[in-house]
Amino acid sequence: MTQALADEILLDLIHAEIVAYANGSPSDGEEKKDTDYSKIELMGFSCGYRIIERSTKDGARFKDELDTMKFICTELWAAIYKKPIDNLRTNYQGTYLLQDNSFRFLNKMSNGSQYLESAGKYVVFTCGLLRGALSNLGINAIVSMEINTMPVVKFHIQVSQPQN
Amino acid sequence: MAVCVAIVNRSNAPKYIACVNPDMELEFHYKVHTSLDVIEERLTSTGKSNTERQEFYLGILYSTEEHTIYGYVTNTRTKIMIITDTSNKLLRDNEVRAMFRKLHSAYSHILCNPFYVPGDDIKSKYFEQVAKSVMVGG
Repeated sequence: MTQALADEILLDLIHAEIVAYANGSPSDGEEKKDTDYSKIELMGFSCGYRIIERSTKDGARFKDELDTMKFICTELWAAIYKKPIDNLRTNYQGTYLLQDNSFRFLNKMSNGSQYLESAGKYVVFTCGLLRGALSNLGINAIVSMEINTMPVVKFHIQVSQPQN
Repeated sequence: MAVCVAIVNRSNAPKYIACVNPDMELEFHYKVHTSLDVIEERLTSTGKSNTERQEFYLGILYSTEEHTIYGYVTNTRTKIMIITDTSNKLLRDNEVRAMFRKLHSAYSHILCNPFYVPGDDIKSKYFEQVAKSVMVGG
């Protein structure tokens, strides 16, 4: 049991280190913020791209986009964040809204607005992860996030229509 | 059991082909290439008429007098193909399924290797071993 508990914290720790590493790297002035975010996002993308092949291994082929999203919200989310997504909404036209009421990388922080500004960089990795997972499943999407109150994170997924 | 194993990626580029007899490799390249059309056909025809989730395993794609080709498509549209001798009547469906599952999990291991860049040709001793064990029948 204690073994399992220790295992779980490892991802939190390495993720915090990744964020600190990407932000601490030397850079030139104002452009720092953007480039640093893209670095973490790219790491997330690569992780998502690789992990999805493994996590969909024992299932069946998805029948459509919504089915894929449901898988990501339940199985994939549970595998990484230890809980399913709390709310999935869609307009059936390629826009999805995923809401996590207690996001794993934020729920250890204070609930107030104290860290609201710096919370973004702890969610960027997950945006990349979503984008990578979807991309390997053949869905090209733009993923953005929104934090209004602390441990609640909303992910907006905008699927780009295939160009004919 | 199998005489050839092939992995083809989403954009239909072959990433790995191994066969028992290296002299036959070119012939197998042709066969794998031809069966891609059959896979495409199966995917589009089942996708529309059927609302149920489909299995990865597609069964026999086609068989000729000498060879039988089995197909398997993962969620990421990676295609795995196994070619066997048609004369080998001992091979059961379940065994082929097990072979595919073995290859699929090996492939997902390869993908998790940080030194493997997705989209590259697969050059891995581990994967070679798995492919060989499938061909010998382990």
